[in-house]
Amino acid sequence: MPLAVWSLTKRELVRFVRQRSRAIGAFLQPVIFWVLFGTGLSGSFRMPGTEGGLSYAEFFLPGIAAMIVMFTSIFSAISVIQDRNEGFLQGVLVSPVSRTSIVLGKLCGGTLLAVLQGLLFLGLAAGLQFTGLVPKMDWNLSVTSFVGTVAFLMLMGFGLCGLGYIFAWRLDSIQGFHAIMSVLLFPMWLLSGAFFPAAGSGWLKWIIAANPLTYGVAGLRRVMASDAASVAELPSMGTCIAVSVVFALVCVVIDVRMTKKHRI
Amino acid sequence: MTDPALSVEGVSFRYGDRQALHDVTFAVQPGEIFGLLGPNGGGKTTLFRILSTTLPVQQGRATLAGHDVAASPDAVRRTIGVTFQSPSLDPKLTVGENLTYQGHLYGMTGATLKQRCDDLLNRLGLSDRRSDIAETLSGGLKRRVEIAKSLLHEPRILLLDEPSTGLDPGARHDLWRYLSQLRSEAGVTVMVTTHLMEEAERCDRLGLLSKGELVALGTPDELRTSVGGDCITVQPVEPGSDLPTRIRERFEVDVQEVDGAIRVEREQGHELVRDLVAAFPNAVKSVAFGKPTLEDVFIQRTGHHFWDEEPSDS
Repeated sequence: MPLAVWSLTKRELVRFVRQRSRAIGAFLQPVIFWVLFGTGLSGSFRMPGTEGGLSYAEFFLPGIAAMIVMFTSIFSAISVIQDRNEGFLQGVLVSPVSRTSIVLGKLCGGTLLAVLQGLLFLGLAAGLQFTGLVPKMDWNLSVTSFVGTVAFLMLMGFGLCGLGYIFAWRLDSIQGFHAIMSVLLFPMWLLSGAFFPAAGSGWLKWIIAANPLTYGVAGLRRVMASDAASVAELPSMGTCIAVSVVFALVCVVIDVRMTKKHRI
Repeated sequence: MTDPALSVEGVSFRYGDRQALHDVTFAVQPGEIFGLLGPNGGGKTTLFRILSTTLPVQQGRATLAGHDVAASPDAVRRTIGVTFQSPSLDPKLTVGENLTYQGHLYGMTGATLKQRCDDLLNRLGLSDRRSDIAETLSGGLKRRVEIAKSLLHEPRILLLDEPSTGLDPGARHDLWRYLSQLRSEAGVTVMVTTHLMEEAERCDRLGLLSKGELVALGTPDELRTSVGGDCITVQPVEPGSDLPTRIRERFEVDVQEVDGAIRVEREQGHELVRDLVAAFPNAVKSVAFGKPTLEDVFIQRTGHHFWDEEPSDS
């Protein structure tokens, strides 16, 4: 089983490298968002509860990392549709590989890509602040913070891949998936506390609290923050980990069930 | 008699309201090349999918090498090699990578896997294509890689769904030569679906599938002999006239009407041709005379042409 999972994971990575436009799309768009919004909104943004210490670019940074992870994970999950249409999937389904391995191979591949791109962005962002394009940031750069960041990116990536797989397995066209992407997945990111803080926004607050991605983004903020006051309002670390883990597990269980039941 | 390599007993399958297979029963002996011949929509692919574990068994029983498809799909999957009608290669991977990943799915690794890949690439004349990206290959080469892929884990039973789709005659010939070689050298049992008569001729035994029912079963020779003698097809001057009845009464033969043409099967058919033209000189437009083909078998068993049976809903 580990061999099959690794093999399917590796295939995802190889395919990704051979389709450069995918890498560029999933990576460059968030970078552009970050620089433009970070600069454009810098004058009007004030983080609730802090005295003007946190710039928008800095607030938005974990949110953009989450966005990259989300896009990459979801795009990797879409490849299930492609695998089916290209025919590769039927070959895998008639092999004696366990259905769990098929799901895990897809999810691990997507997660690895997502985390690598997320980290690449954070590295780039750290560099960009010295160019003057975005304001200087006060960033917690320690080993603990790095490990925590990687861990949260992985957790988020895995859950989102699992979520994408649920949709991708049911759909037979990439176009259909784009519809889901814009009406469901993109708002899910907008309402995760990534784009604007959850505090004090009425009914939106409840939606944000019910969104599993909120806890991934909050966890990421907590491990990256250098100033405890800026994350005081967020869900606790324990809640963030618990919700993210449970969300990922639920998605995987649904994925495996669907893969077992549905035949082509 | 040995246990059959593949057996299908009373298998029926429905897609919603449409009955795709109806009570199909046959068995394939080890080392046999068995062909399922039928028009598109006749149920071949449905049966193929049931046997390759990608469709559930709704009714009846199917076993491959003694393993029940419904009860132990994993055991079946280990036993069979499958070549689909549509491609199953990853177009973005090289030929070598496609085979390596396939090997991993079957638990093969290291030197064994490498040896096996080399072997197959060699035998199928693909050695110099190892590092080509799959999507850059021609149709014939892709097909060969598909075959290599399905043979990698040395399956005892090979299932092929319309394997010569998109192959030119030369490549088709090579494919069949290779299949007989596999059968004679490695004792592999082959089940192949096809809608091509000339391909069906190359099988040891055939099942004719029409509208989900098995209408004939036997060697190509047996099937042709069952038609009886020669086939005579008469085009009447006036379609729909009473000519068929008159032929039946005059010569005491069975007469079939297919699309306005009149078919008669008869030993010593050439004599009938002579007498028939002499008896009804003004009613006959043309007469065709020939030894029976598999198409004649099909017409005799179903009462209509092979190509009339296009599905209306798929």
